[in-house]
Amino acid sequence: MKVVTANRLLSGEVVWLGENGRWVERITLAGVFDGKEAVAEALALGLASKDRQEVVDVYEMDVTVEDGVIVPVRLREKIRATGPTTHRDLGKQAQAVSA
Amino acid sequence: MYRYDEFDASFVSQRTEQFKDQVRRRLAGELSEDEFKPLRLMNGLYLQLHAYMLRVAIPYGTLNSRQMRKLAYIARTYDKGYGHFTTRQNIQFNWPKLEDTPKILEELAEVEMHAIQTSGNCIRNVTADHFAGAAADEIADPRPYAEILRQWSSLHPEFSFLPRKFKIAITGAPNDRAAVQVHDIGLQLTRNDAGETGFVVFVGGGLGRTPMIGRKVRDFLPEEDLLAYSEAILRVYNRYGRRDNKYKARIKILVHETGLEELKADIEQEFEKIRFGVLRLPEEEVRRIEAYFAPPPLEVGAATSAAVEARRASDAGFAQFAAHNLNPHRVPGYTSVTLSMKPIGGIPGDASDAQMDVMADLAEQYGHDEIRISHEQNVILPHVKLDDLPALYDELVAAGIAEGNAGLITDIIACPGMDFCALATARSIPVAQRISERFGAAERQAEIGELKIKISGCINACGHHHVGHIGILGLEKKGEEFYQVTLGGSANENTSIGEIVGRGFSSEEVVDAIEKLVDTYLGLRSGKEETFLDAYRRLGEAPFKEALYGAA
Repeated sequence: MKVVTANRLLSGEVVWLGENGRWVERITLAGVFDGKEAVAEALALGLASKDRQEVVDVYEMDVTVEDGVIVPVRLREKIRATGPTTHRDLGKQAQAVSA
Repeated sequence: MYRYDEFDASFVSQRTEQFKDQVRRRLAGELSEDEFKPLRLMNGLYLQLHAYMLRVAIPYGTLNSRQMRKLAYIARTYDKGYGHFTTRQNIQFNWPKLEDTPKILEELAEVEMHAIQTSGNCIRNVTADHFAGAAADEIADPRPYAEILRQWSSLHPEFSFLPRKFKIAITGAPNDRAAVQVHDIGLQLTRNDAGETGFVVFVGGGLGRTPMIGRKVRDFLPEEDLLAYSEAILRVYNRYGRRDNKYKARIKILVHETGLEELKADIEQEFEKIRFGVLRLPEEEVRRIEAYFAPPPLEVGAATSAAVEARRASDAGFAQFAAHNLNPHRVPGYTSVTLSMKPIGGIPGDASDAQMDVMADLAEQYGHDEIRISHEQNVILPHVKLDDLPALYDELVAAGIAEGNAGLITDIIACPGMDFCALATARSIPVAQRISERFGAAERQAEIGELKIKISGCINACGHHHVGHIGILGLEKKGEEFYQVTLGGSANENTSIGEIVGRGFSSEEVVDAIEKLVDTYLGLRSGKEETFLDAYRRLGEAPFKEALYGAA
């Protein structure tokens, strides 16, 4: 299973592609894509957004869904989804749990 | 300290204007990311894991209070209230927004600062001994030469698209505190029999995935030839350096593949063509630049201070600080003070905006308005009167920057690692924090003595692990962080590359492994004067290996 991720061009904020094709700032709200075609389609949406100068660095990444919660497979992506483990007061982990 | 002339001021402001326009064109969609990326990198702006990162140049690690206050202001206004001092004497801001960066560069230009030469395949900012101009063991202040190299290298059109980045370091003392032998060019000031100033020149040192110690190409390069010879080296590198493989593009690989003698001959041949040309340094110009770095007026005082001795006797914290964080000054009655950016359990190199403001105030009050950043990620007040130490120390305690651990086991170099860096394969800072906590007790650190631990979160070695007495390299294995340990590295005048001691350790195991190494050293050292590195060099790796992995 995969999600598509990027950084917003203006702010650098980490985002994921939501199910409605819009970028979301919480991985919990990301769309999960399974199967080659679905992933390719989502990636194409992301890259089109890059061409509109909305985001940079678009790529797909592996996740698992545990009890309905999206969990990145790689530690790097876990840290990207929450914030630096050294500064718990910074990054997404420090923001209110809302979209 | 050096002041911009009209030329410097104009090119920095031109560059700021250019970048402002480039950002505008990027946001308007006139520049694609592929077109924009090299432009933003030329201005120190990276995209990291969570956000953009802006790396600001602090040439040869020297700044004044006004500049430090500006860094504090930027941290507070455009970032998240802190900055991170790096192993190249620069500062990084971890959370700027792209749209704010032109404004940040304007703010920096107001205090003669910028982000030029902090990224890209150019000659990077020259680094120097952080005790330059103050150290008792110094032959001459290396910073005038670093400044001359800066003027020559900044926006040098011929060297703006080198095969790879190029780093120059310079030290003015025989005790090398600038790690010159692990730079592309390392310069060590020296005097010949006639008393003339010149340089020992090393070429082809470097860390990264292929660590190499620089090779000596000149025992004595006369002062007047500094730029011509540097240009000759760069020309040979620019022409023959590999461009087919990013990982083989540094000059160290060229030295290795071509062979020292042939490369030296190439350099000398190029040098002969240009040595009497425009790059020959006029004596009066060197002296003119030198005048900018003239030391502040310092009254010679007694070599010891009664105030310091009294406080030392009554305050263990102060005694620890005075024992480790002072470097002998060439003027009796003064000392260079290291403000540790390594609080126990803290993040190596981080300083809050409030701490930066305090350091600026203290530099004005006690340090003749001079501040240095060390490649060991600490801050230095180079000219402090011994009698002022107790008062200064009290202010440092209040600001949380009074740890008396310079050069000790908790004075750890660590790169940002996977908590911030897009290239990292494992985290560095949390390992540094746990080691710091494990060995944080003052008596224990003092008992262990000088021990340099350096941690990198990937093979690119920004944390200098190859030259740590104990080096730690964070890698990823089957999705988990794991840490390779090297022993016996050093970056001083007796530079050595550490050797891998054996299989790596998980994140949970690595701090215990370090403790075993330290305990082994304590058990085997000939006496307290024998440092970890000396003991390792005497004993070899066997006892350390056995402590970690059992008898073979």
